[in-house]
Amino acid sequence: MHVTIRLFARLREMAGASEIQRTLPDGSSVRAAWDSLVGEFPEFDDYSRAVSCAVNEDYARMTTPLNDGDEVAFLPPVSGGEVP
Amino acid sequence: MSDPRFRVTSDPLDVGAVSAIVSSADCGAVATFVGLVRNENGGRRVLWLDYEAYEPLAVKSFVRIDEEAGERWPSIALAIYHRVGRLDVGEASVVVAAASPHRAAAFGACRYAIERIKQIAPIWKHEHFEGGEIWIEGATADPMDEDARRMAFAQCT
Repeated sequence: MHVTIRLFARLREMAGASEIQRTLPDGSSVRAAWDSLVGEFPEFDDYSRAVSCAVNEDYARMTTPLNDGDEVAFLPPVSGGEVP
Repeated sequence: MSDPRFRVTSDPLDVGAVSAIVSSADCGAVATFVGLVRNENGGRRVLWLDYEAYEPLAVKSFVRIDEEAGERWPSIALAIYHRVGRLDVGEASVVVAAASPHRAAAFGACRYAIERIKQIAPIWKHEHFEGGEIWIEGATADPMDEDARRMAFAQCT
């Protein structure tokens, strides 16, 4: 299946692209998309614990199954956590 | 047509216009919060910020925050506008307006909304300071994290 991956902020800069197309095995989850990125951009692994994800513009989990044509977004940590 | 109360925009923000969206005859109070670009961060002299958003998910997160706030303060009407793009020092990056018949709910919901925006809205700032640049990264964005939600509520009591 084909998925579109959207990247933001530092992830976008590290990949040098805001959008990447990927072909994944049927039955893949979000994690498979992430792992394929880490394979291409090893420095992405720094974000493996902190990254959030969304599928088709809704928050999702790494275990969320993907379907052909899905848009997967990977979101670095947001600006929260500062002194209120 | 999308809900005019929740927007991500590259246009300058107008706090009066955002409050007017939620004000009504039965509201005796509107609490507003305006987030501004500060000239200093962590000892760095800030020159400007570049805000980037995943817009459709950001707007959905504002809707979610409105629903969460409505569970705690049923009387409130909330509006959230967040700016993206390059913002100079002193410019408004975010406006929250919370209207209610009485002030306690308005203050509470306004504070809750800005805390939750910082936790779960997919919006990032790229700080350009004297001598360099840095992406500001805080918490992992997870709307289902109940601890984070409790911390946001704790700021409002």
